[in-house]
Amino acid sequence: MSTGDRPGDSSRRAAGELESAVLAVLHAAGVPLSPGTVRERLGGGLAYTTVVTILSRLHAKGVLDRARMGRAYLYAPVADEPGLAARRMATVLAAEPDRAAVLARFVSGLSASDEQLLRRMLGADVPGQD
Amino acid sequence: MPLAIFLPLAVPLCVTVGARPVAARLPPQAATWLLTVAAVALAALSTAVLMLLAGAAAIRIPLVATLGHMSLQVVRRDDPASLSVSVGGTALLAVATAAAGRAGWRRVRALVTAARQARCLPGSEQVVVVPDGTADAYAVPGWPGRIVVTAGMLDALNPDERRVLLAHEGAHATGHHYLFTAVTHFAAAANPLLRPVAATVTYTVERWADETAARDCGDRRLAARAVGKAALASADRPAPARRRHVVALGIAGPFLRHGATRLGRALGLGGPGPVPRRVAALLAPPPRIRPLLVAAVAVVVLISSVAALDAAIGLHALVELAQARVFPSRS
Repeated sequence: MSTGDRPGDSSRRAAGELESAVLAVLHAAGVPLSPGTVRERLGGGLAYTTVVTILSRLHAKGVLDRARMGRAYLYAPVADEPGLAARRMATVLAAEPDRAAVLARFVSGLSASDEQLLRRMLGADVPGQD
Repeated sequence: MPLAIFLPLAVPLCVTVGARPVAARLPPQAATWLLTVAAVALAALSTAVLMLLAGAAAIRIPLVATLGHMSLQVVRRDDPASLSVSVGGTALLAVATAAAGRAGWRRVRALVTAARQARCLPGSEQVVVVPDGTADAYAVPGWPGRIVVTAGMLDALNPDERRVLLAHEGAHATGHHYLFTAVTHFAAAANPLLRPVAATVTYTVERWADETAARDCGDRRLAARAVGKAALASADRPAPARRRHVVALGIAGPFLRHGATRLGRALGLGGPGPVPRRVAALLAPPPRIRPLLVAAVAVVVLISSVAALDAAIGLHALVELAQARVFPSRS
């Protein structure tokens, strides 16, 4: 995965905003688009390579599908009904102060010491640290 | 009465301190029921005592005394609760009522929103698989409740472990476990001393689902491994992606839960987090019911009830006495 390839929160946030903008363009288009067309529709004078980077990153994340068309790829959003519904649910629930308490997560967060303790308890049953 | 009346306000502290040991020693289903019933009873009793104090404050108001045909003189002379205590109780009652009302309203609204969203999730199956690389799984309360699992979580587990995961989340969804956490949360809003009890019930419903899954799959070690592997897989995701995921889902909950754990540590009940404790419990034999522990909690609730009843009888006697002074012929 190419996330976190640029240090610093602001550039990461900027990258996130660009990803959403690119996704919005592709959703609005309704047909697969080439990086060049995406760049035109985005406006803002982005470099071609930046657009290609964002598209391939979204593809790596499984958000976009791509198909080769001549020398370039055409990109389209993955038809992902459950994913969209889950994201919509997350957005709607984000407005609720008690959201976390109503969703029963299988596992909650692990502290570093919890992680070591778990590995000790389960021994060879769990994959080791890479 | 002066000392006894404070018992129902302070007694919840015993259950607060004892909640975690009780949760660790009883079967989780019994622990969940016991702690929920105790929390509700103790919150109701402490609220009742505050209402009695508010009542004692109210009859000192001349207009109320006149309307109730009471002698103000007798009330002022014989009320065992001092004016400042009565007024303090009234203020606490106002705060507790507002806090409980707010907490109840928030939780009900969140549950209704979640239930509506659960209905909108695609398909008619209980389980919805989201093509997301991060490992995550949760039950959404509703009628019927739904289970959301990411592809990343399914990848992290083998088929047997997936059965554990689905049995666990299925137990939450069909058992309506969110009702226990919602009710204890409400009780804790009415009496903040009960907050650690609410946090413990959040843990015991997880244990309850773990035990159900272990029983359904017939293998405790397998269940322990599934919980452990899932926790390590969700901890394994790269930090930036994880943070984005947390923000995207708007989940501040784990942090709140850690807050509760911190409080537990402040009370001297520190130790490992919930996941290692769940795994350790699954690796141990299933806990058996311990009548003495249940009885201990019942005694605490009983002491609280007796003290509240005593206070109620005291206030009633005062009112009778004050009325007798106004209508001497009645007695």
